[in-house]
Amino acid sequence: MSESVSDAPQVPRPGAIPAVAPEVAAVGLPGGPGPVSAVPGRRRSDFAYYGLRNKKLVFGLSLELLLVLFAIIGPMIAKYPPREITGFPVQHPGTRFWLGTDMLGEDLFSQLANGLRESYLVGVLGAGSAALVGMTLGFIAGWRGGILDEALQLLTNIIVMIPSLVLLVVIGSYMSAKSVLFEGVFIGLTTWPWVARAVRAQTFSLRGREFVDLAKLSGKRPLSIIVSEIAPNMASYLFLVVILLFGSSMLLAASYDFLGLGPTNVVSLGWTMNQAQANAALIYHWWWWFIPPGAVLTAMVAALLVANVGLDEVFNPKLREQ
Amino acid sequence: MQRYLFRKLITYMLAFFVGVTIDWGIPHLMPGDPIQNLLSRFSLTSSSYAALYHDFAQSFGLNVPLWQQYLDFWKGVLTGNMGISVWAAPAKVTTLVFNSMPYTLALLIPATVLSYVIGNRLGAAAARRKYLDNSVLPLGYIFQAIPYPWLALVVPYLLGSVWHVFPISFGYDQGLTPAWNWTFIASLLDHWFLPFLTVFIVSLGGWAIGMRNLVIYELENDSSRYLRALGASERVVRRYAYRNASLPQLSGLALQLGVLIGGNIVTEIAFNYPGLGHLIFQAITNNDYFLLQGIFIFIVIGVLVANFIIDLVFVSVDPRTRLSMQGASA
Repeated sequence: MSESVSDAPQVPRPGAIPAVAPEVAAVGLPGGPGPVSAVPGRRRSDFAYYGLRNKKLVFGLSLELLLVLFAIIGPMIAKYPPREITGFPVQHPGTRFWLGTDMLGEDLFSQLANGLRESYLVGVLGAGSAALVGMTLGFIAGWRGGILDEALQLLTNIIVMIPSLVLLVVIGSYMSAKSVLFEGVFIGLTTWPWVARAVRAQTFSLRGREFVDLAKLSGKRPLSIIVSEIAPNMASYLFLVVILLFGSSMLLAASYDFLGLGPTNVVSLGWTMNQAQANAALIYHWWWWFIPPGAVLTAMVAALLVANVGLDEVFNPKLREQ
Repeated sequence: MQRYLFRKLITYMLAFFVGVTIDWGIPHLMPGDPIQNLLSRFSLTSSSYAALYHDFAQSFGLNVPLWQQYLDFWKGVLTGNMGISVWAAPAKVTTLVFNSMPYTLALLIPATVLSYVIGNRLGAAAARRKYLDNSVLPLGYIFQAIPYPWLALVVPYLLGSVWHVFPISFGYDQGLTPAWNWTFIASLLDHWFLPFLTVFIVSLGGWAIGMRNLVIYELENDSSRYLRALGASERVVRRYAYRNASLPQLSGLALQLGVLIGGNIVTEIAFNYPGLGHLIFQAITNNDYFLLQGIFIFIVIGVLVANFIIDLVFVSVDPRTRLSMQGASA
């Protein structure tokens, strides 16, 4: 019995943190009011109506858009390349160096803008690869059930128990150079079980519905049933899971970069914090070195979380504020 | 019930098997030759080098076929003999690990348990209560979004460098020798507080928000409506909602364990705190395979044990498993 409870989808809280993607966890509860509706036609205008009136969604999305714009435009308007030694070490933030310079005289505004871009890239790669693997395995396990399902459950349970950070340390020391692609995909390959669990649980509850039986009777192939009958019914839910994974991938990457395990020769937010720590910025009160990168990352992920809750409320009427 | 525990047991055994196998594979994946590294510390003639190399290969058990090494490794794991550290020779790996483990556990256990308990209480209290919700919810999102390394920089900066309340690195005052006296214990606590605080804060938001949402769901549930229809007070309804919502939170805790340990490593590095995470980095910078293997296996065992404890709590909290247990015995 209790197995069904542990199937409640959970999303890892980033940065190596516990965050039971709450909304999503709640949505997937067995017996709970799922987001899964058997209504085939979505009322898109309804979503737009509630979406524009949802303060959380509008706020989160606007903040996120601003930050994305900054990640795109920032590196262009930065006066110096991120690793260029300008000859002005340890400058306070000011008109010449907007966010000051580090001990070598590198422009911290430029590092922030470029690091932000890197974070988004890792987030997209991490969430994308986790979604790809997790959805494939989740659909298969949920649809076929039986031995395949048991095997997948076992695999996810085992992967969850292997400390991925230690694994990365080992693999990382084996590789002479790491790319952003490697970091993103590695994160995805350690976080996919959360997607797989969520997709499996939803597929499991959907495959017994009448409209799926009808599709089976009409001779549709399993793949096309999954794509055209089952997936659309959990699209909103999946979307929320992937958004949370996007945030958690960025936080995980920041931890890896901070430990010096990140991509080589790439400026990232975690790397800037690593440099600040290594050069005792704390002791010399060079706050402008390490405060901005973390603050921006917090804003990025918090905006995602807030937008996510807003979206959840839009998709799921039961959650709307009363 | 029995079937449930049996399945869990199989999962644990397989996870342990996979963990040990990965662990054994580590030195074969890592660059460099451990013995070569060890011998490079001494200036040796080539003939004595060859002789010593042979000796070390023999004493580390590296001169036998791979499958034999694998079996030997299992023997070592099962008998608790993880070999001798290359970096801190002649210290035993298990000794080093056991010396560091108390620091990690002293951080991880209180921070995890307290943030779980307090976070859940806060979240449950905030659910469907406008005033509390308006402060708990935004704060929760911010806490949840904070990256570990950043908090491990900002908190010691404010409470250490700026206000000088707490020391910002090491596990105890480096002028003291570890001993069981009050000066040392006070120094331990003093150095423990900031790392503990950062791990605690980072975890808090997620639990609070998770519980808040789950309780809101539960309060809308038919079972809650039924309770209200029976005339139960809101307090009673909330108590039942909380109990129901605890189950997914508990399984969430089990899922988060691996992630929590990763975060703890970040904190230990940032604070120069002498726990397992710190030891891992020493093992890596010194190419100390045996030490790394030993730490990895202990972390895997730790996660498995914690999972098992959570399972036991789960069984005792979930009325359905209790019921099926009675059903099985009847």
